[in-house]
Amino acid sequence: MSNRRFAITAFVVAIALIGASLAIENAYFFTAAYGVLVFVILATAWNILGGYTGYVNFGTPAFFAIGAYTTVFLYNAFQAPLIVDIVCGTAVAGLAGLAVGYLTLRLRGVFFAIATLALAVVMLTFVVNWEYVGGARGAYVITRGDAPFGFASWKHYLYVVIAVLATVAIVVARLLERSKIGRGLAAIRDDELAAECAGVPTLRLKLLSAATSCGLMGMAGTTYPYFYAYTEPLSIFSLSYAVNAIAMPMIGGMTSWVGPLIGALLLGTLQQLVQVTIASDLNLLITGLLLVLFVTLAPNGILGWFDAWKRRRKR
Amino acid sequence: MDSALFLNAVVAGLLLAGFYAAVAVGISISFGMLDVVNIAHPGFIILGSYVALMVHQWLGVDPIAISVVLSPLFFVLGMALYRVFYLAFERRGQESLRGLAFFFGILFITEVVLILIYGVDYQLVKTAYSETVWRLGEVGFPLRLLVPCVVSVVMVLGVQLFLNRTFFGRAVLAVSQDQLALRIMGVNPVKVKELAFALSIATAGVAGAFLIVIQPVQPSIGREFIGLAFAICVLGGLGSLYGTLVGAVILGVAESFTATYFGPSWAPAVSFGLLLLTLAFRPAGLFGR
Amino acid sequence: MDRSKRRWLSRAGALAVTVGLGVAVAQAQDIKIGCGMALTGGLAANGKAALISMEIWADDVNKKGGLLGRQVKLICYDDQTNPATIPGIYTKLLEVDKVDLVVSGYGTNLIAPAMPIVMQRGLMFMTLFGLDVNAKFKYDRYFQIMPAGPSPAFDWSRGFFDAAMSLSPKPTTVALVGADAEYPWAALAGAREHAKKLGLKVVYDKTYPPNTVDYSPIVRAIQATNPDLVFLASYPPDTAGMVRAANEVGLKTKMFGGGLVGTQFAAFKTQLGPLLNGVVNYEFWTPEVAGKLPFVSTFLVKYQARAAKEKVDPLGYYLPPYSYAMMEVVGQAVQGTKSLDQKKLAEYIHASEFDTVVGKVRFAKNGEWARGRVMSVQYGGIKSNDLSEFTKPGVNTILWPAEYKTGELKAPFDAFRK
Repeated sequence: MSNRRFAITAFVVAIALIGASLAIENAYFFTAAYGVLVFVILATAWNILGGYTGYVNFGTPAFFAIGAYTTVFLYNAFQAPLIVDIVCGTAVAGLAGLAVGYLTLRLRGVFFAIATLALAVVMLTFVVNWEYVGGARGAYVITRGDAPFGFASWKHYLYVVIAVLATVAIVVARLLERSKIGRGLAAIRDDELAAECAGVPTLRLKLLSAATSCGLMGMAGTTYPYFYAYTEPLSIFSLSYAVNAIAMPMIGGMTSWVGPLIGALLLGTLQQLVQVTIASDLNLLITGLLLVLFVTLAPNGILGWFDAWKRRRKR
Repeated sequence: MDSALFLNAVVAGLLLAGFYAAVAVGISISFGMLDVVNIAHPGFIILGSYVALMVHQWLGVDPIAISVVLSPLFFVLGMALYRVFYLAFERRGQESLRGLAFFFGILFITEVVLILIYGVDYQLVKTAYSETVWRLGEVGFPLRLLVPCVVSVVMVLGVQLFLNRTFFGRAVLAVSQDQLALRIMGVNPVKVKELAFALSIATAGVAGAFLIVIQPVQPSIGREFIGLAFAICVLGGLGSLYGTLVGAVILGVAESFTATYFGPSWAPAVSFGLLLLTLAFRPAGLFGR
Repeated sequence: MDRSKRRWLSRAGALAVTVGLGVAVAQAQDIKIGCGMALTGGLAANGKAALISMEIWADDVNKKGGLLGRQVKLICYDDQTNPATIPGIYTKLLEVDKVDLVVSGYGTNLIAPAMPIVMQRGLMFMTLFGLDVNAKFKYDRYFQIMPAGPSPAFDWSRGFFDAAMSLSPKPTTVALVGADAEYPWAALAGAREHAKKLGLKVVYDKTYPPNTVDYSPIVRAIQATNPDLVFLASYPPDTAGMVRAANEVGLKTKMFGGGLVGTQFAAFKTQLGPLLNGVVNYEFWTPEVAGKLPFVSTFLVKYQARAAKEKVDPLGYYLPPYSYAMMEVVGQAVQGTKSLDQKKLAEYIHASEFDTVVGKVRFAKNGEWARGRVMSVQYGGIKSNDLSEFTKPGVNTILWPAEYKTGELKAPFDAFRK
């Protein structure tokens, strides 16, 4: 399926699903669904640099936070409308990804991974010390009155927004995957030295991959301040985002856009269920265990199982 | 400038550096010499803290003494962990991406298990010397910093001696340089790596006891030490333990000065900031090979 | 099956159905009151005591027939003293558990994050010990049970500065320090106002991040400015850290203390013991005022019996009387308006005076107490870490207000160290 047709199909399917789900009565559905959709974006974004290019990013929270805090800043300064927040947040996060990439992507992949860890802590320290966006006390975004565009509530509105953003993320991922860029990234992932020798512009592609990946992560964070109303550093920089962004693509499968989607939907839904029924810390333990198990025993994730099953059926 | 403030900042930095060296020596071995990116290392440090806490609450013995006695346990744990890592990743040549994710998962699991058992409350061990301060003029030497520092330096120097003077130690140095040559000499490099890795985890356990004497501990603080440990090793130069000591001193004093003159809220950025700068401009570090 | 057995079975069956229906009906008719509460984390010792006290209230009310003829059920989740959990907890309470009323958890830092949610739904929000939370939100259905008074931030430190100015010669410099969080911010803002009014020079004014563990650099930096007074606003973990660091560094100053949360409850007093000597802090009840506030003493007897069983704060001088009183206000408002309508409840509470275990309670327009009742106390003469030191009068000198005063401020702070 060509990329254009895929994009159109994706949006049509998304709109249909969103429209249908808006009829759901249970208010908690939207809270839970928002959480899962944020992870869909994060997992898809991570996979662009992780699965397609082979560079592990441990600093997902840093870019997620850039998106969220750009929104806080714009809200405090200009009471900017949401669309401005989204565009700016994505752009700033993308630029940050580019900058970090430029500093570290010329080194071995391992150093890039450590650098991203370092970046997360540096960002956290920076935010904690920046009074204008609330510092350690946190920032409040108070949504009074009716939701825009006639939605039943702000929650419904933000749910629709994040669903649309998730679709955008998936389309972008697929676009990269099935293109010349994607093939170049795959070459880098398999053997960077050989790719370089074959004439692939490795640094440029890596930078593009990093910028896109980090930009999308920022995009995931831009609606957070509106949805939860209270934004504070420790929850934004939570390890949960870092681990899930890696676990979901690994469990779902890293070779295509389908993997992160499957991983995010499955793991995200499981986490929401556990959170409402049992203790929420158990949540994290399950995620960690699943990550370790899949990474050790099923490195190609669920997609890998599916492929193996298909291959066995052919025989 | 206030001389008492300055001198105390320097002293605190140096004392902390001793402790930081203990944190980093494990990474220096596993990452610097064995090329295993064990980012779960701080998780084992925190585990060491809680084990020391538990035994201290049960028997009342000094936590540092406990950790030294229990270090064989951590040694065995390290061996088991390396065994899994080797079988699942190194042998298949996939250690970079998946190995990282594996250790990340391990770090995460240790943190969450500790939270589930002990909760998120800060825990501190009060030893006989916790509140004692030796004063030399305007400068104070709190024993809660001095004792771990001294024991830590002894430990690090001991490891360095071991690596330089014993056959096994030199085999470890050799395994990072030329595995084939090692095999030809009749030594199984995998076994050497396994034991070296185990040694690094054993140092983590002891470092954990230092930590809980110095400051209150809770399961999530492990992550703050990842950057610290890697910053020290990268700054000092991978594979050089002397470099690790120098890196620890630089970092300890830098953090102490930042905390004293700019406020503690900037201190975490120091280690990670230094790391980022080193990676960007001199990835080989000061004494790296 | 013979007839008698069949009869017993059918009777048992009928009983089971009735009980089952009864339970279902009763549960459907329960009045659910939801909250987050610090059951783990830095404020856990206080939070657990507060929850026990609230449970005592629920038991008392249910024994008398409940509210509006319905039984009261408390649904409280652990917020881990982590503000990040609050939006999730209150969303769950309102959307999944479908509670009828909400009250807050304990502590400024844990109350503020819930405000946007309760404001969006127009809920009446009774809160437990938050300092000046409503200044930012200006919500007309917010109520605070802590007796700080109508200008909470300013009145909070009045006792400290009042006592300070009684020193001779008068102090001229002050250091302000606290964690970077809601409560210390409010407290320090009030302290700054006092400093300005009294012409004190602020020689140090910095905050530290809430997860700081090494306080010695901070205390040393403060010492380098040679302040006459050191005003600290902190939560239990940093209170302990700062007091210990002050001891380790050997802080030399005339007066140290101010807004230290933590020293008011038993576990803390016994943990720090003699290290507390000389510290000046706020308290709401100590054995020295038992005679002047007798209703609190009566409640404490009931509380302490239950606390001993559940192994929480055995003294209960701080939160328990007030968390009980908070629920009394809610209960009396429900009975008074004969409804669960949030608007009616809020209006009723604004307009009425309530009779509670902490005395008569009346609220000002901003939801705070119409008249404050913070005491400023200096600890002294603590010889050991034993609980018995704190169960009887002797270790607390009440410096302010005049109606409770028992003695004068002793300075300097470092004299207590020798």
